[in-house]
Amino acid sequence: MEDSVKILTILKQVPDAEARVRAQDGAVDLDGVTFVIDGMDEYGVEEALRLREGGSAAASVEEVVAVALGPQRFEEALRTALAMGADRAVHVETDAALDPVAQAQVLAAVAREEGADLILVGGKQADWDSAALGAAVAESLGWPLSDWTTELTVEGDGLRTRHDTDDGSEALELPLPAVVTTQQGLNEPRYPTLPNIMKAKRKELAKRTLEEFGAPAAKTVTVRQEIQTRERLGKLVDGEPEEAARELARLLADEAKVLS
Amino acid sequence: MLLIVTRAREGGAGKSDLELVSAARTLAGALGQEVGAAVLGADPGKTASDLARYVGTVYRVAAPELEPFRAEPFTSAVHALVERTGAQAVLVAAGRSGQSLAPRLAVRLDAPLLEDVTSLSADGGSVSATRFTYLTRVTETVRADALPVVISVKPNVFPVGEPAGAAGGVEDAPAALREGDGRVKSSDRRSAKGGRVALEDAKIVVTGGRGVGDADGFGRLVEPLADAMGAGVGATRAVVDAGWRPYAEQVGQTGKTVTPDLYLALGVSGAVQHLSGMNRSKVIVAVNKDADAPIFKVCDYGIVGDVNEVVPPLTDAVKEHRS
Repeated sequence: MEDSVKILTILKQVPDAEARVRAQDGAVDLDGVTFVIDGMDEYGVEEALRLREGGSAAASVEEVVAVALGPQRFEEALRTALAMGADRAVHVETDAALDPVAQAQVLAAVAREEGADLILVGGKQADWDSAALGAAVAESLGWPLSDWTTELTVEGDGLRTRHDTDDGSEALELPLPAVVTTQQGLNEPRYPTLPNIMKAKRKELAKRTLEEFGAPAAKTVTVRQEIQTRERLGKLVDGEPEEAARELARLLADEAKVLS
Repeated sequence: MLLIVTRAREGGAGKSDLELVSAARTLAGALGQEVGAAVLGADPGKTASDLARYVGTVYRVAAPELEPFRAEPFTSAVHALVERTGAQAVLVAAGRSGQSLAPRLAVRLDAPLLEDVTSLSADGGSVSATRFTYLTRVTETVRADALPVVISVKPNVFPVGEPAGAAGGVEDAPAALREGDGRVKSSDRRSAKGGRVALEDAKIVVTGGRGVGDADGFGRLVEPLADAMGAGVGATRAVVDAGWRPYAEQVGQTGKTVTPDLYLALGVSGAVQHLSGMNRSKVIVAVNKDADAPIFKVCDYGIVGDVNEVVPPLTDAVKEHRS
């Protein structure tokens, strides 16, 4: 493997966490919702830029390419990544409802075409609450994966990472090419500066179609979406702190029956 | 066969394994399939013999490469077993390891993936599941129309399965590893588990927010109440970012999702990102001095007051109730 690394950073655009999500007739209605770049993916963009800037100097970064698969509005997430410092962007534009496994097949095809060495993607997508994309991309390419990564260095033709496990964390060594899923704790993503936002407008953002990458079909269908909020009692316990605390303990034991 | 897949554990089969048993059983009748199990690891003996009390057949897959968990050797081993048994569904627990195994298996089997499911049903050759989406604000029903299907099961949702009437058989199965399966090297393993009950398994969770004041506030207020209740300790992102508590305790969008019977939020304002990690708790209690804090909109019981004044007498009262 050559010593320069080409990085793909995969992005989604998702409803802002503060947005009020509604459902109507069994489907989520995103009308009027503000969208943002998925926070988990943003750590991947930042990490790619840090690697390029020499955060770990053992390998040079040839190029950072931001990639998105989704509807037209995803372009904004790509513009954000370009404004942060990505070199160029590829948007596979589609309104097709693809599940994470089908998405992974398309993104793997993009990675093959690009000749990528390292793919960074968020550990969990904030729209589908899915943690499948990174692992599915890795398997589609036959690459190793470091998931839930909190530390990353490139050394020669491999990676050293630290990542979270079921009950703690461990250090990993894995060869390139590889997929890394990113999460909070890896870095603090930068804010795009105004000059960089202006500069990003002139950077290449290639539009591609699903058909160019094989257009795989989803193997699962979403049948119904509902907002299910539990009715809450909203009972405020008044009185002096000591008295209120005692009454609360009594309510939890006798009324809610959650103290045993 | 509906195949539940788990790791060898020193202590034998655990709660999440038995949750998989009951998840698989919900599909067994409608699909006309029996439930089997695969236990993977360096020494699967004890976990396998435990599970034989619950399912018809247990496959012991022993290989040094299967310890500790790494997704690639696990994928090869399970893939081979599915081919061999003709399993119609593979079920794994949706912890971090299961969430990296399940998508790989789905891709390798060219099978649909139902991820992090909270309920399951089958009808003819289709399997439907519910799962949470949009930061747990939405409950979605998803259907897979082709078998086999790969399913990761959300922990702490399904009941623990009961032993079956007759004990099942235990068989050895080859690991069938592929070249390169060992290329990810693991070292310096650290367990984040302290002496306290694990956050994900806790029936009660006591979480502190910025309103707790500082790291000492956790030791003075949150931990004593948690210990009095036999509860796990949680923290908000602000608290973790400030370095007062470890990331392993973070509840919310970028931390853990918990669904305990009782969730106490102390000095927690209730940002949406935090709510997404706990809004499925059965009973929510909030203590905060700011009466306008959003946490009060989702609580069952609340006290508007200073945590420093409310929590110590609450801890005493809880101790009295439990003694």
